[in-house]
Amino acid sequence: MRLTGSEILIHALREEGVDVVFGHPGGAVLFIYDAIHRLGLKHILARHEQGAVHMADGYARASGRPGVAVVTSGPALTNAVTGLATAYADSIPMVCISGQVPTHAIGSDAFQEADNVGITRPVTKHNYLVTDVRDLARTLKEAFHIATTGRPGPVLVDIPKDVSNTECEFLYPKEVALEHYQPRYEGHWGQVKKALALILQAERPVVYFGGGAILSGASEELLAFVDTLRVPTTYTLMGIGGIPGNHACSLGMLGMHGTYRANLAVDQADVLIAIGARFDDRVTGKLDEFAQISKKIHIDIDPTSIRKTVHVDVPIVGDVKNCLQKLLKLLDDERPEDLERFQRRIQPWWGRIDDWNREAPIAYEQPADGPLLPQFVIDKLYQMTEGRAVLTTDVGQHQMWAAQYYHCQGPNNWISSGGLGTMGFGLPSAIGAQVARPGETVLCIAGDGSLLMTVQELVTAVEEQLPVKVAIINNRYLGMVRQWQQLLYDDRISGSDLHVGPDWVKLADAMGALGLRATRVEEVEPVIEQALAHPGPVFIDFQVKETENCYPMVPAGNPSSKMLLSDPDPMG
Amino acid sequence: MRHTISVLVRNEFGVLSRVAGMFSGRGYNIDSLNVAPTLDPKVSCMTLVTHGDDDTIEQITKQLHKLIDVITVKDYVQQKDFVGRELAMLKVAPSPDARAEVLRVVEIFRGKIVDVSPKSFVVEVTGALDKIDAMARLLEPLGLVQVVRTGPLAVGRGL
Repeated sequence: MRLTGSEILIHALREEGVDVVFGHPGGAVLFIYDAIHRLGLKHILARHEQGAVHMADGYARASGRPGVAVVTSGPALTNAVTGLATAYADSIPMVCISGQVPTHAIGSDAFQEADNVGITRPVTKHNYLVTDVRDLARTLKEAFHIATTGRPGPVLVDIPKDVSNTECEFLYPKEVALEHYQPRYEGHWGQVKKALALILQAERPVVYFGGGAILSGASEELLAFVDTLRVPTTYTLMGIGGIPGNHACSLGMLGMHGTYRANLAVDQADVLIAIGARFDDRVTGKLDEFAQISKKIHIDIDPTSIRKTVHVDVPIVGDVKNCLQKLLKLLDDERPEDLERFQRRIQPWWGRIDDWNREAPIAYEQPADGPLLPQFVIDKLYQMTEGRAVLTTDVGQHQMWAAQYYHCQGPNNWISSGGLGTMGFGLPSAIGAQVARPGETVLCIAGDGSLLMTVQELVTAVEEQLPVKVAIINNRYLGMVRQWQQLLYDDRISGSDLHVGPDWVKLADAMGALGLRATRVEEVEPVIEQALAHPGPVFIDFQVKETENCYPMVPAGNPSSKMLLSDPDPMG
Repeated sequence: MRHTISVLVRNEFGVLSRVAGMFSGRGYNIDSLNVAPTLDPKVSCMTLVTHGDDDTIEQITKQLHKLIDVITVKDYVQQKDFVGRELAMLKVAPSPDARAEVLRVVEIFRGKIVDVSPKSFVVEVTGALDKIDAMARLLEPLGLVQVVRTGPLAVGRGL
């Protein structure tokens, strides 16, 4: 069958099971958009290319399938870079199609020309410039393969305008020929056995899992592992939902704004079992004082993650799901009395952890007539959605409070920019998530600073009638920046005051969505109820206490065991 | 510690910048880098020399492996494991009374004069890194004006 490059693209997307793309048209992708129109591929029009890529990202995280974004050349691609870098930092499977000027014009500084593969090389897992239409089908096949296998990530395919309009014979390859790209899924049996032996002789074990557990779809195995051993378990921001946040063995999140018990447990552990996590600096705090006592087991599919910053005693390169299945198989063969002995042995450890939790729990006190506390608002959102909403966040204080108070009940329900920390991620990723999971409640917990960065995407939600609920934790500051300035820069508030901001209710209204507001305690439940019942997208402006700070906090450069638990007493 | 790393790569568009970009993006050093096709025109061999502690070198080799276009990575550190050679061309402009001394040095190092003019020589020499350094040191007082070198190439000993 002879097809043009654009038609090949649409057919290849169909072959890959792609039923929707997020994008924004322009000169270099006109043939592609024409094919989208003629061949009837579902397209969601973002209002900015960063939004399109975040939507594809949110779609991928919510569905576990690769998201697809389409952008044109030059400025569109540079706009998309933030989205690609966000997906790359969090290992999200995605294929981004970018338009390029015609092959004969490449390198001539043509209108809307940019070196797309050059610019995106450090923020993609791999990228391609297709200069011959006969390479297009194979390239697309490889792109999807690379994006979705091993440690996933975004792949960019740059298609010059003439290539998208040149015909050739189309045959979609069944296999990829990448004999040197062979991610290792199978964990080494010997290492897995060594790991289990180390775990079973531990007195103070802690499981620490991250986004790898979610990406590998290992939630079931993880839960079985934790349940069998009754082992204290903490997770990174990216791991949220891997086990239910309020599971009996959950210590909550660890790290810079992690719980007191999680950070102290990791600090005092004798065996630390890292699963699909990468010892990020927001987790470890001061590196040379991180979990010094413990022997460490590290399961990760990416060999570069192992021993990158932290010494590991039992490294296991492999897929988290595969490795956990092996651990579970070995656990099956253990005698029940040995497991009971293990659980009895770690009882005193649980006692210490529970003491730490009593000492400094994650808690707040909402005064009945005082200003709204952000924690109270998020807690209410959690209760009223029973922790079952697909939750997206922006980046900042509200994100950390969401991690602390919104106990996600399952995997793929927590969608947040962890690695790159991209403000403005929440709304577009919520739109993508809603496309992936129609009929489910998609809730975005946004900051008033972050939301304004991508707020135009509300129009997309209105156009597509995607009923995302955006809860704006409006404290009229870049709250996290203000918190650091207050604590570490002697209260000099520099550039973080947002008292001049939009009227969010009117802004929602102007874009065709519903705007609601709550300023007092008794208004919170009714507006959430109203928002959840509304069939379209909603902004809720929660005007919260402006100076509330997020604790616990490990100030940068400190060991994670040294946490601030509350605002310093001004009297000294 | 100095490491000579031999990397076979798919001879694809942009592969050099992927490798170079990985080094610069992660703050690793490249002391020298040499790229040329192998017997298989679809495959190129990069020989790069870098230095760092064991952890850094481990990360470098893993990060190289992670690049999609990289086929194999061989890290040579022990002299007994590989033959390392470099080609250098040295331009010398000696005073008339030093010309004979230049020729003697060239002979000692088994170099070759590949260009000669009334006021200068170009000397070609191959050898291990140290040999070229030593020769350059000896030629320096005699009027060494330019040195161009390929950076080492490496091949494993035996089969």
